[in-house]
Amino acid sequence: MSSLAISLLDLEADAGVCFEAEDYQKRPGKWCAGCGDFGALNAVKRLLAKEQLQPDRMVFVSGIGCSSRFPHYVNAYGFHGIHGRALPLASGIKLARPELDVFVVTGDGDCVSIGAGHWIHAIRYNMNMVVMLLDNNIYGLTKNQTSPTTPLGYSSMTSPHGAQLPALDPLQATLGVSNASFVAQTADWVPAHLYATLEAAYDHPGFSFIRILQRCPKFTPDIFEQAVKDPARTELLVHEDGVDPPGLEKLYEARREHDPKDIDEARSLARRDDMIRLGVFFRDDSLPVYEEVRAVPKVTPQEKINRLNKEFERYAV
Amino acid sequence: MIRLCRLENETLSSVATKDINISEVSEHTVEIITNSGEGAQKCAQIFGQTCAKMGNGVWTVEIIPAEIEPPHHTVTSTSGNIIRFGTDKVTNWGDQSKLAVAFNDQVLLSRHRLDSLHDNCIILQESLWENHEDEDIRRMYREAMEEMSSKNYRFVNVPIEEEALKIVSNPSHGKNMFALGLLAEIYQRDVSIIERQIAHIFRLKSQKVIDSNIELVKAGAAWARENLDFQFHIPSVPAEEERIVMNGNQACGLGSIAAGMELCSMYPITPATSVSHELAEVIENYGGIVHQAEDEIAAAGVAIGASYAGKVALTVTSGPGMALKTEFIALAIMVEVPLVVLDVQRGGPSTGLPTKVEQSDLLSSIYGQPGDAPRVVIAPRSIEECFHSMVTARRIAETFRTVVIVLTDANLATGVQQFTRPELDVRWQQGPIDQSPVPEGLRPYEWDPKTGMSRRIIPGMPGGAHTVTGLAHDELSLVSYHPSGNELGMRMRSRKLAVFQSTLMPPEVHGDEEGDLLVVGWGSTHGAIEEAVDRARAEGRKVSSCQLTFLSPLEPGIKDIFSKFDKVMTVEINYSDTVGDPYITEETRRYGQLAWLLRAHTLIDIDCWTSCPGQPLRPKDIYQNIIAKLEPSQDIEIGEAS
Repeated sequence: MSSLAISLLDLEADAGVCFEAEDYQKRPGKWCAGCGDFGALNAVKRLLAKEQLQPDRMVFVSGIGCSSRFPHYVNAYGFHGIHGRALPLASGIKLARPELDVFVVTGDGDCVSIGAGHWIHAIRYNMNMVVMLLDNNIYGLTKNQTSPTTPLGYSSMTSPHGAQLPALDPLQATLGVSNASFVAQTADWVPAHLYATLEAAYDHPGFSFIRILQRCPKFTPDIFEQAVKDPARTELLVHEDGVDPPGLEKLYEARREHDPKDIDEARSLARRDDMIRLGVFFRDDSLPVYEEVRAVPKVTPQEKINRLNKEFERYAV
Repeated sequence: MIRLCRLENETLSSVATKDINISEVSEHTVEIITNSGEGAQKCAQIFGQTCAKMGNGVWTVEIIPAEIEPPHHTVTSTSGNIIRFGTDKVTNWGDQSKLAVAFNDQVLLSRHRLDSLHDNCIILQESLWENHEDEDIRRMYREAMEEMSSKNYRFVNVPIEEEALKIVSNPSHGKNMFALGLLAEIYQRDVSIIERQIAHIFRLKSQKVIDSNIELVKAGAAWARENLDFQFHIPSVPAEEERIVMNGNQACGLGSIAAGMELCSMYPITPATSVSHELAEVIENYGGIVHQAEDEIAAAGVAIGASYAGKVALTVTSGPGMALKTEFIALAIMVEVPLVVLDVQRGGPSTGLPTKVEQSDLLSSIYGQPGDAPRVVIAPRSIEECFHSMVTARRIAETFRTVVIVLTDANLATGVQQFTRPELDVRWQQGPIDQSPVPEGLRPYEWDPKTGMSRRIIPGMPGGAHTVTGLAHDELSLVSYHPSGNELGMRMRSRKLAVFQSTLMPPEVHGDEEGDLLVVGWGSTHGAIEEAVDRARAEGRKVSSCQLTFLSPLEPGIKDIFSKFDKVMTVEINYSDTVGDPYITEETRRYGQLAWLLRAHTLIDIDCWTSCPGQPLRPKDIYQNIIAKLEPSQDIEIGEAS
C-alpha cells in the first residue's frame, strides 16, 4: 500500500475523535513513587493531546533501563529494544516511514554510556524525531551503579568510595557534534518548562535532543534536592525562539536572554557549572534532515522489473 | 599438440607471420600475478568477462593481500587473479594454473610456494629484473629462479614494463592492460569485446584513458603475435539460453533488488562491502537506498527498525560484523520482525583472514545467541543461487516473521561465473502488507497454536497500537515472567521452523543414491566437490555427493539419504582436529561445523575432511581425501587434473 493510501485510512480514523491526555495513557507507569519519569510521561501525554496525534501513527522507541519502560505506558506503537540501541531502531523506522511521528526515550546509561556511539551519529544524521534523555545520574534498573553522568565523588554500588571521574556532560557533548540542530535542557520538577520544551522539540524539524534532569528517589535522592528546594540555583534561558513558559517568572528569578541560534554562546553556557540552566541552548531549523536527504522517488514493482532487466544488459553474455 | 588453422580474429591479426602451435584444450587455468595496486583485478575481470561473452564457462578467483598496497616486489605483496575457463560449465577454480603472467619474481615465488602452478606451467615473466642494475634485485631474482627450478615451468621473458612505457608514463597503470593483450592473443579473444569492457570499466574516466588502455591491449597482443610460438584454442559452445555474468556479491546485490528490498543497511567490512558498492550505484533507481551506518550494530538496528515499520531490509556483513550484530539478531527473532542478514564469510576467528575464504560461521549463525533464538540459515551453492537466495530469504523472513541468514563466502563473493539470466517475477517484489484496520481484540502475537504463525502488524495500522519488547512477552506483547508464558513463546518461535521445514524437498544426491561413500558439503564448495566426485566415479568408485542449501532447519530426509551409504563424510572449509595428532582421539576430536550438526541431527557416525587454507578447496585435494576415506590403508596417488 502506498503512503497515500495510508494517509487516507488515517483521515477516516480522524473523523470525530478527540483525544484527551489520559487517552494516551495505556497503563499505569510502574516506576517507583516519586520517580521523575512520571513527570515526563505526563508532559508527553499533554503534548500528544495538544497535537491530537493518532496513536496508530506514532512510535515510541526505547532501549533498556527504567526510563526505557516508557513505551509500555503510552497508547501508541512502541518498540522496547535492547540496551543502548534505541536510536538505530528509531532511525530505521523513520527512514522507512518518514510520515510516522517518532519519539525516543532513553536514559544516561542507555544513551551516554552503552549507546554513546549511536547518540553521536544520530545527532549528525539529524532525523526528525524527539529524543528525551531522562538523566537521573545513575543506573536504576540494575540497582545503583555509577553512570557517565554521576557527579564526581558520588558513591554507588560500583564506586563505593565515590565516582572517580568527572561527569560527562550530555549538553556539551551534543553541542559539539556537527549537524546538531536542537539541544535543550529541562527538569522533571518544573512541569511547565518540561512541557514547553517538549512542545518546542516536537515543533523542530530535526533531531530534537532534550536532556531531562530526572530525580531518582531511590538511588540519587539528594543530587537534585538543592536545585528543587532553591530555585535561585537555576537559571532559565529565555528567548522568543526558545521557550519561556508563563508563570515561572516569580519562582525562577534568574533569567537569561539566550538566542538559540548562537552556538558559541550555547557551548559557553553549557560549560559553566555555576547554576543549572534550563532552556533551549541551540536550535537551527534549517539543517537538512537525513530522511529527506536520502529520499528517493517511489518505483512501482513492474517498473523495477523493467529497470532490472535493462540492468542485466550490462552483464549479458 | 594439435596444429589447427590460424583463427581469423577481428582486429588482432589477420596474417600469421610465422608458424604457431595452437593447442586445442577443453579448459585452461590462467593466473595474473602482480604487486598489489598494479591492476591485476581489472585485467582479469575484463579477461573473464570476455571469455564468458565468447561462450566459455568461466570461474575466477581473486588473490588479494589484506593491505591496500603493501611493499612492492615481495612475496607478501601478491595480488592477482585466477581465471579458469573451458568449453563446458566451470564450477570452481580447479587445481593448478597452466599459464601465468608474473610482473616480478617475488610475487611469482609466492604462488610457487603455494603450489598453485602446474608442473608444466608456462610463465610469461617480466624481463626487467634478471639484469636489473640493483644487485639485490638480481640476487633475489636468481634465488627465486633457483627455488623454482624444482619444477618444469617454461619461462618466457616479456619486456612488459618497457613496452607499456611506450604508451603510458606510469607503467603501474598500463602493465595490466599489456598483459591482457598478451592473453587476448594467446587465447584468441575477441578484441572488440575487450574494447567494450574497457569502455565500461573506465566509464567514469576520460576518453584518453580508455584509448590508451585499448592501445596497451593491442600492443600486448602484437608483442605476443611477434614473439610467441604457441597459442591455445578452447572451443566454446553457444549457450541455448540467455546468460549473464557477475560475481557473487553483485548477484546478491541485484538479487536484493529483485526481491524488492529497498534498504541495505551496512558498515564496511571485507569481503562483504562490494555488495553495497554494487547496490549504492544503482539502488536509488529502484526506490531504495544504501545506508552506511556508524557501526555493525547500528546497521542491524536500522534494518530491524525499517522492517518493523514495514520495509523488509537487508544488512550485509562478514564474520566479525555478525558477532557484533548478535544481540540485535536475537531481538528481531524475539519480537518476530523479519530481517535478511547476508554474511559473506571470511577466515576467522577474530580479524582472521579478512580477504580470504572460510566456512566457519555456520554454527555461530545457527546458535550464536544467548537464549534459544531459532532462525533460518541458508547457503547458496553458486553465484546463480546467490541471486535467487535473496528472493528466497525475503520471502521466508516475511512469511515466518523471522530472521534469515544467508551465508556466502569470499569464494562466491569475488568469483565470477555466468548463469542463466533470471526471469524476474513481479511477485518477488512482494505485495505490500495488508494494512487494513486490525480487528478489535486481535492480539499482537496471535500465535496459531499449530504453526506459531501470527499476523504481522506494523505502525500505521489503525487499532493495532502495541509495544513490542525484547523481554519475555505474552500474546498481548505484554512483559510476562509467567513460567508457562515464557515456554509458550519459545515453543511458538521454534514451531515456525518446523513448519517451514515441512515446505522443503529432500536434497538431491549427485551420483547414485547408494554406495560406499557420500560426501556432504554446503555452500560454495559445490562445484569442487562434484568435480572430485566425478573424477572418482569415472574410476568406478561408488561415491556420491550431496550439497546442502538449508542448514537451519535442515532439509528433510537427510537421515534416509545417508543411511544408504557405508560412509558419510563432510567436506568443509573450516577447522577440525585430526585423529592421531597429539591428544586428539575419537573422544577429544572437534569436527567440522556441518559434521557436528549432522552427527547431532542424524545420530550417524559422520566423518569430516576439512581444510582452512584461506583459499577455496581444490578438486584434487577433495579427490585425494575421498580415496583416503575409501581405502584408508593404501598409498594415495593424486589424480591428474583433466
